[in-house]
Amino acid sequence: MAGPVTRHIGVQAAPFDLAVEVEKLTKGRTDIGAVVSFTGLCRDEAGQLSALELEHYPGMAEDEMARVVDEAEQRWPLQAVGVIHRFGLIRPGEVIVLVVTASAHRVAAFEAASFLMDYLKTRAPFWKKEHLADGSSGSWVEAKAHDDLAAERWSAAQAFSKG
Amino acid sequence: MVKLVYFAWVRERMGMAEEMVELPASVVTIADLALWLAGRDEGAALAFANPEVVRAAIDKHHVSPQTPVKGAREIAFFPPMTGG
Repeated sequence: MAGPVTRHIGVQAAPFDLAVEVEKLTKGRTDIGAVVSFTGLCRDEAGQLSALELEHYPGMAEDEMARVVDEAEQRWPLQAVGVIHRFGLIRPGEVIVLVVTASAHRVAAFEAASFLMDYLKTRAPFWKKEHLADGSSGSWVEAKAHDDLAAERWSAAQAFSKG
Repeated sequence: MVKLVYFAWVRERMGMAEEMVELPASVVTIADLALWLAGRDEGAALAFANPEVVRAAIDKHHVSPQTPVKGAREIAFFPPMTGG
């Protein structure tokens, strides 16, 4: 039988350490066979970005992340889930978001991690504004249609069997 | 009275992060509220220039434009999310 699902949801200004977060979720457990993690970084494509400013809706951000994790736990036999999203000024190369999933087998962990990221991007209330290297304030990052499509594919997808 | 909160470019165009308002009886749904706000001043008109783009939440849950606002304590308006 599966043990309790360990979960950690964080909305924070501080950076996170992948190894520490994985340790938190897996420590003391011997029933986990697979851990998958995704780390999203602040990317500067044109050499013009000074930082991204991440604005969030306090309270709803945590609630919505918890609802997305609830949904992942219903779809896949997960043993541990960790989701961390940073806010505030984040420089190119720094971490922004972390998803960690743990399961007995790799398929559930891989699929759930992908699902969590797709849903977080379209449902978690965070917004990115660019700050440019010349000191000016750039524009708000626009939502991308392919992110909506990526989230929608899970509505049609057959979830990994819990059997 | 209901608390309205704004985020990202909706907040910038509204010129404020939050406010308390008394809703007129004509405002039944989120779409009605957006239309009513848009009529207040230039900034609000700009914020809701494309009302189908602006997303809403009632008491920290995503809602559609057709959702009734009755009973809401906090209503949020914001652009499509770009986290992750």
